[in-house]
Amino acid sequence: MRAILTTIGADKAGIIAGVSTYLAKNQINILDVSQTIMNGYFTMMMMVEIPDDKVDFEKITTELNELGEKLGVEIKIRNEKLYQAMHQL
Amino acid sequence: MDTAQILETIKMISEENLDIRTITMGISLLDCIDSDSDKACQKIYDKITTKAKDLVKVGNQIATEYGIPVINKRVSVTPISLIAAASKDKDYVKYAKALDRAAQTLGIDFIGGYSALVQKGYQNGDRTLIKSLPQALAETNLVCASVNVGSTRSGINMDAVKEMGQVVKAASELDFMTNAKMVIFCNAVEDNPFMAGGFHGVGEPDAVINVGVSGPGVVKSALEKVKGASMDVVAETIKQTAFKVTRMGQLVGSIAAEKLNVPFGIVDLSLAPTPAVGDSVAQILEEIGLEQVGTHGTTAALAMLNDAVKKGGIMACSHVGGLSGAFIPVSEDAGMIDAVNAGSLNIEKLEAMTAVCSVGLDMIAIPGNTPAETISAMIADEAAIGMINNKTTAVRVVPVPGKDVGETVEFGGLLGHAPIMAVNKVSSADMINRGGLIPAPVHSFKN
Repeated sequence: MRAILTTIGADKAGIIAGVSTYLAKNQINILDVSQTIMNGYFTMMMMVEIPDDKVDFEKITTELNELGEKLGVEIKIRNEKLYQAMHQL
Repeated sequence: MDTAQILETIKMISEENLDIRTITMGISLLDCIDSDSDKACQKIYDKITTKAKDLVKVGNQIATEYGIPVINKRVSVTPISLIAAASKDKDYVKYAKALDRAAQTLGIDFIGGYSALVQKGYQNGDRTLIKSLPQALAETNLVCASVNVGSTRSGINMDAVKEMGQVVKAASELDFMTNAKMVIFCNAVEDNPFMAGGFHGVGEPDAVINVGVSGPGVVKSALEKVKGASMDVVAETIKQTAFKVTRMGQLVGSIAAEKLNVPFGIVDLSLAPTPAVGDSVAQILEEIGLEQVGTHGTTAALAMLNDAVKKGGIMACSHVGGLSGAFIPVSEDAGMIDAVNAGSLNIEKLEAMTAVCSVGLDMIAIPGNTPAETISAMIADEAAIGMINNKTTAVRVVPVPGKDVGETVEFGGLLGHAPIMAVNKVSSADMINRGGLIPAPVHSFKN
């Protein structure tokens, strides 16, 4: 399943490392990544592929929330279909 | 995927209160009819708790996976007056309690369909159900009721209008909150996912998923970017926003239907406010350029808003249904409450507004000493607007015993709080006491 992972918050060292380490540990593959600083906020979008046999969104969401708290950023993951539905015909 | 689009969606959800207001499963109870009411109630309980057993779980799963709040999970059923008519029971409170138990077992927020359709006359079941409304609502927690008293095709049943004024009054004396769970309709729709007026029409499939979306805050925020632009631009902006919001509803509805293995019915394209800050239809109207909702120009702004929401939403989903339009409940909308408190919004203006939007005089607290005939007359006026304009209208007024204009009543939760509004004190009793049927209007004869 494809999902969009967004990480937004104050910039500091180790955010990308923290997020990608978590994803690697959970066999979540990063397909695409873009990162920018918007109004002083670190803003990263990742398109990721979660293996179908490992999809436990509740667990992933909870763990990413905890990781976000540790890194001082807000991490959200949502099924890619939501963005497609709202913005593509 | 475009970063700006992703951020736009995230902002809509996290800052502008975009949400799925309800995933509602409609369930037919026609196969639960039994002349033994105990057996019928058991069949009703069993069918609801079987069909909808995963409704809450699936709603929560979707909320997690898509990161969209799903505020309510609800069930609507076939009008109980039809189901219970085969039994010879003196009242149908037992049926209401069976619905309430099923709702509690499922963990859903509301169950609708303790209803009767009497637009052209009563069958015996309707009479029994309507008489039992105050008690049924007072003795249950999650059951919602509705009565359809008129339609464009058949006119207005003034006997029912008269009786419903008495029912509202009697219910308020048992517990005023009961009236927050009861709607009196003209042109009620059969696939409405919203409460308190939702029921599952007899022409619907055995089970169906209907979805109601909501996002007044999203529309207001979009309009903040077009300050001073012409009304064409305002309408276009609302259309585009409604399109995106409805696409989300379509996605969620189709996923829910697939996971629950029932057909997907409709998306209700409604702007439903909540008392939360920034989740107000009134504030959209004010963003359009009214100093406060209720002033001159409100009806025009609301007509445009309602139409633009539909135009944007219709292309975004496969089937549109329900009430589809902007809701203007007073107690559930912080902007409406402010306008009433400031004296710029009154019942007469709200009535005019109901002619151009869905649905009607909704969640309006009135003095407890308002005569039943006056409440009936309010119902008759709303039904007339619906009948002539070929649209759904409704009345959900809450007389609050012991309270008068200037005081406030607290409903709690999504229902908010409301200032008691002034009602015209001149009597309508002689007209209401005539009873009978207002004939169908000339433009209903289309065959």
